[in-house]
Amino acid sequence: MPVTRTEVVELRSASDVVSVRQVVRTWAIDVGFTLVDQTKIVTAASELARNTIDYGRGGLARLELITEGTRRGLRIAFEDQGPGIPDVQQALTDHYTTGNGLGLGLGGAKRLVNEFDISSRVGEGTRVVITRWK
Amino acid sequence: MDRIPILRLRDLLLVTIQVDMHDRLAMQLQDELTTRISETGARGVLIDISSLDIVDSFIGRMIANIASMARVLDAQTVVVGMQPAVAITLVELGLTLPGVRTALNVDKGMALLQAAPAAAADQHDPDARHPD
Repeated sequence: MPVTRTEVVELRSASDVVSVRQVVRTWAIDVGFTLVDQTKIVTAASELARNTIDYGRGGLARLELITEGTRRGLRIAFEDQGPGIPDVQQALTDHYTTGNGLGLGLGGAKRLVNEFDISSRVGEGTRVVITRWK
Repeated sequence: MDRIPILRLRDLLLVTIQVDMHDRLAMQLQDELTTRISETGARGVLIDISSLDIVDSFIGRMIANIASMARVLDAQTVVVGMQPAVAITLVELGLTLPGVRTALNVDKGMALLQAAPAAAADQHDPDARHPD
């Protein structure tokens, strides 16, 4: 799947969640998403960026503009080298949280995108990749 | 440093969130708003989110917290002006904002707040209007 453009956003502190929202919004507009689709991917990115910072001890978001045939999409990978998630299925369950959040981040983000992939190894880190197609 | 102004309109407080919320600002707003409710004896809080282009679970939790704190201080909270794209996204995200009432705009939110506490407290307010 050809990648035509890439950008990396560092996720270190809570203010980086605001930065990543702004970058994702700009990209979503460039891809030509409708306002609703822009809102969905920006919201999903906001949830996942917060997870990377709060639970993964920081990391990065890698944005990629991808094409498949004639369709274009926005793919974003959130990567950290944090403690990892022992039970991914449990983490995906709505209202399950180990922090003080609402427990909607992972499951909610999954519902807002077309493709969602999570891989995590305890002690090594977590990688969540989301894709939204135009 | 950013600050979210809190305006007093008779016995209501109006908060217009116009900046991209980050954690510190959200916590500061909770503190200031509860202090203002206590100081003014406000019976209602209107939170205008018409400028917010997303509401994620963090902002949603902050709004729900404000509503809970306000309720304990005998004030009701109405969230007004949610953009349609934000509403669609919130539902898919799974955020339900329990205990938070909503209205389409500030006018309707004010009408809702002025109708409810006045009736509950059995006070007569000559300016109170019912929502159309």
